[in-house]
Amino acid sequence: MDRYSRQIALKQFGSENQEKLKASKVLLVGLGGLGVPVAQYLCGMGVGTLGLVENDTVALHNLQRQVLYPEASVGMSKLQVAVKELQKRNSEVVFKGFETFLNGTNALEIIKDFDVVVDATDNFSSRYLINDACVILKKPLVYGALHAFEGQLSVFNYQDGPTYRCLFPNMPKANEIPNCDENGILGILPGIIGSLQALEVVKVITGLGDTLSGKLLLFDGLTQTTQKINYQSNPENKKCTSLLPDYGYSGCELVPSITWDAFGQLNENKQVIDVRTIQEYSNDHLDHAINIPLDTLDAQFGKIDFSKPVYVVCQSGKRSSIAVEILQKKYPNSTCCQILGGMNQMPTQCL
Amino acid sequence: MTVLLFGVTKDIVGSPSLSIPTANARGKQFPKTVKELRQFLGTTYPKLNELSSLAIAVNNNYAHDEAEINSYDEIALIPPVSGG
Repeated sequence: MDRYSRQIALKQFGSENQEKLKASKVLLVGLGGLGVPVAQYLCGMGVGTLGLVENDTVALHNLQRQVLYPEASVGMSKLQVAVKELQKRNSEVVFKGFETFLNGTNALEIIKDFDVVVDATDNFSSRYLINDACVILKKPLVYGALHAFEGQLSVFNYQDGPTYRCLFPNMPKANEIPNCDENGILGILPGIIGSLQALEVVKVITGLGDTLSGKLLLFDGLTQTTQKINYQSNPENKKCTSLLPDYGYSGCELVPSITWDAFGQLNENKQVIDVRTIQEYSNDHLDHAINIPLDTLDAQFGKIDFSKPVYVVCQSGKRSSIAVEILQKKYPNSTCCQILGGMNQMPTQCL
Repeated sequence: MTVLLFGVTKDIVGSPSLSIPTANARGKQFPKTVKELRQFLGTTYPKLNELSSLAIAVNNNYAHDEAEINSYDEIALIPPVSGG
């Protein structure tokens, strides 16, 4: 137990709580900005079993905040790199990897064997799915989320406490709230909020201190101010007994898509609509791509020639799938498809 | 009264806080409940009406639409955020 002697030395913590950590099983959904610090600290502190859910690959623009990944791992599976790196830090931890995104089909099956769930995802579909699955399975959920220089933190569904839907009953529509790709994020912000999530996990497991159940912590990095908002449980939100048939817009395969390979083989004069922000577009874009940011699409249909196929691209494939849905609804006879994986997956010779 | 803005509401309004007058000489009506505050802000900043969920806290407590508000209250607009 020498390894953990510094935390065992804490009178309130002691070897009893170290044993509780060792006996616990924590599921971490998402190994991005928030997930990396959560995983690193829970691993270091000696959580017994750490489940990890992630299906993404490491990208160069991840490294400013996802500090577990070495430069040489760009392009590799985040899950596999993370497990390898974490095992080097603590060989006593048992890792259970799930190389998939959480979805309506696998969520209950994956979550059921764990004691605590950590939401470290980056989209609303996953956040509402995880909340509902945790309500059904009666699992405490440690929540963290970011916007620009701000963070939100809370603990849901803990000892009959309130849920995510008690704070935000309705899932935002597709392009209502900007994500990190569009909005940007300072590298340290997820480090702070993710570390606080790891602290809440320890408190949930050991019973130490007061968790953020029924309290939403708001952190503003620009002014170093924190605020705690008290909120109550709405019993209606506890009655959830099955997952919704659909958690919205994250399914890229729902809209017509084309791979970069197939796109590269097209000989025609391709009409490409780039729905990223002006800033993202100015950094790099395809030759001849027309920039129509997603939030201005409604006002700029006139810029698109619907007599020709329309290829829509964004950074990751999320916004382009939304754009294709909008275009198909407005112009049902047109041919629109998104380029799978967006600029993140673009082969270098395409630029 | 002071309204603190978080997440996308800060971007919509273009500043981290708002000061709302609670009385004036002409006797114009100002919001007296959370619901009236939502309507008042929604008229000035229509994009706020588009948010599917927008929590409002009064003096650091989550407030329902019927809750009354006064000039000395500190209000916070809290939308969900998704980044991770």
